[in-house]
Amino acid sequence: MFENLSNRLEAIYKNLKGRGKLKEADVDAALREIRIAFIEADVSLPVIKEFLEKVREKAVGHEVLKSLTPGHQMVKIVNDELKDLLGEEGAKLQMASNETTIVLMVGLQGSGKTTTAGKLARMLKKEGKKCMLVPADVYRPAAIDQLNVLGQDLEVDVFQAEGENDPVKICKNAVAEAARRMCQVAILDTAGRTQVDEDLMEEIRNIKKAVNPHEVLFVADSMMGQQAVDVARTFHEAVGIDGVVLTKMDGDARGGAALSIKTVTGKPIKYMGVGEKLEALEPFHPDRVASRILGKGDVLSLIEKAEEAYDLEEQAELEKKFKKNAFDLEDFRDQLKQVKKMGSLQQLVGMIPGASKLMKGVQVDDSVLVKTEAIIDSMTPVERSKQNLINGSRKRRIAAGSGTTVNDINKLLKQFAQMKKMMKKMSSGKFKGGMDLSQMMGGGRGFPPF
Amino acid sequence: MSETQETEETSSGFFSKLKKGLSKTRQSLAGGFDNIIHGKAKVETRNLEDLEEALLIGDVGFETTSIILEKLKKGVADERLRTQEEVFEQLKNIMVDMLETYQKAPVQPDSPPKVILVIGVNGSGKTTTIGKLSQKWTEEGKKVILAAGDTFRAAAIEQLQQWADRVGVFIVKQKSGSDPSAVAFDAVQAGKARGADIVLVDTAGRLQTNQNLMAELVKIKRVIGKVMPEAPHETLLVLDASIGQNSVSQAKLFNEALSIDGLVMTKLDGTSKGGVLLNITQELKLPVRYIGIGEKTEDLQEFDPKAFVEALF
Repeated sequence: MFENLSNRLEAIYKNLKGRGKLKEADVDAALREIRIAFIEADVSLPVIKEFLEKVREKAVGHEVLKSLTPGHQMVKIVNDELKDLLGEEGAKLQMASNETTIVLMVGLQGSGKTTTAGKLARMLKKEGKKCMLVPADVYRPAAIDQLNVLGQDLEVDVFQAEGENDPVKICKNAVAEAARRMCQVAILDTAGRTQVDEDLMEEIRNIKKAVNPHEVLFVADSMMGQQAVDVARTFHEAVGIDGVVLTKMDGDARGGAALSIKTVTGKPIKYMGVGEKLEALEPFHPDRVASRILGKGDVLSLIEKAEEAYDLEEQAELEKKFKKNAFDLEDFRDQLKQVKKMGSLQQLVGMIPGASKLMKGVQVDDSVLVKTEAIIDSMTPVERSKQNLINGSRKRRIAAGSGTTVNDINKLLKQFAQMKKMMKKMSSGKFKGGMDLSQMMGGGRGFPPF
Repeated sequence: MSETQETEETSSGFFSKLKKGLSKTRQSLAGGFDNIIHGKAKVETRNLEDLEEALLIGDVGFETTSIILEKLKKGVADERLRTQEEVFEQLKNIMVDMLETYQKAPVQPDSPPKVILVIGVNGSGKTTTIGKLSQKWTEEGKKVILAAGDTFRAAAIEQLQQWADRVGVFIVKQKSGSDPSAVAFDAVQAGKARGADIVLVDTAGRLQTNQNLMAELVKIKRVIGKVMPEAPHETLLVLDASIGQNSVSQAKLFNEALSIDGLVMTKLDGTSKGGVLLNITQELKLPVRYIGIGEKTEDLQEFDPKAFVEALF
């Protein structure tokens, strides 16, 4: 429905040619766009307000970096602030030093507590820790069976309540049993509850009082809407949470709830659930969530990746060749290799503003790059620098050597010729600045068919 | 929250419960309105901002909120509305219209059973909805058969089995990990053989972006059609009211894959506002069939746009 934020900010700043400081009016225009993007990403409104205030303070009067356009600069400021607020990567569970660590899972119905309990048990078991799963959801039909099945699959002990129906007693007994069995961790899976259900909130308070957990984990659906702020605040005030697990991150949710929860509780997001299988639990990656909230398109990563992959000296050398129109297939192959270093084409295209829309539904195929490289590899050095030499019999040889067809060779040569023509035009004056990868790729024409 | 307390005492009926569930929205909207009206006929920008905020907090989404406000502004100007009540009415009408336009009566099969396929993302409340619907319809004297089509999640079959035991209906199931299409096939056949009125087919929760699992659903639907060519008569998508704008993506992608006949929204019992329903009906032109406002069976009710919007204010 909406294009990503980068595109929209680009649009705002397209008339802004000068690159001085960001002025108040420019910043305000951008903030409006950011607000819409955040609303669409399900960041809670009060949190958006707070966030925009911070960004405004940072952005007004900010020098626009030489390397970036004002639009990119705003995205960078927002992105940095987001990553900052979302917190550290890789916060761990709080472990007890010489007793059973008690982890209490809390959250709304359907947020994924039981599955996450299973995933945590699997992770801890892999770390060599002895775990016990404790089913304390006596309300939902078969919730206890569900944990039993998970325990069986994982070969992890599951506490058997033996007819006990009081969740507080179950937890208390289970913790004693876990200590007796010398378990390092006991994971208490509680029933889902809405934050407005006073009885059930009282129950969770009583469980906490009874077992004194080392870690209260708030399990939150990453797709949660505006009420994330209310839910997180109420749970935090009622039981006091120590960490957050974001679930269902493998879907296409923009994940604004993460920012809301972190802002109101101040507690670290420790893990994210990224799939249905029990191994699909990952440490929290603030950068990934930040770029999702901003709408995936990620110009900054592209710039960073390009900087990483490109050697400045090679770059200068290449530019000289462009100017002399001496760019040959050998150089072209080097370029391809560098592009490949930056990641898959699908990823790269996703990072170019506008390209994702343009290429919607088109599966970008990396095999084209491989094919092109194979063709050039099958040429002799002389052929690479003088492609006019390549006649019919040479083409057949190259095709056989690279496992392609003469048609493929013809296509490549034709495209390369077009590309050289375009480069000649660029270097003869109309082309501003140096060799710009994104322009080349975004331009589309002349580049191999992907 | 203190303001909701007064209504709490008298709330036993459905509407008061729904109202209670939605009271936060009502408060924020009413607050927005008080600011809007000011005793003047003009809707001022500042006041519209308050209203915009109230709608956004209700998960209505940016685009739909803008549409509603545009309509309201136009309506207020065209009809020269002056009083707070008039503007209230106008807004209610706009929202009821948006929901009502796409409501339509469910398809009735030429011959029973009516087969209903229930789909949705993980944790949206599919199995619970099926349990409640089976109880409701059994009480109405209909013969219901359940199909335990969630063969993936641990103990999902047991969960539906417990509902079947509780309600006293027949359930078709296989082992965990078996082919859900086969379960659905058997259940529809059993439904025909046993002269059932309704066959409710449960499915495993899946995220709408998982193409393999979406293909599995398409297969289930196709296989059901092999037993009864016109079945499933209804494909219901279950949405969780606590989810935000992603519900739009859910509705869109499930609809693209399976063409949905109706929506069910669960968990309207928290502070969840359900405003995204306006957004979805606008975009996909789908009717809303049921809403769940609490844990009890009678808390799952047929959707009534007027009552829903009325309860918002």
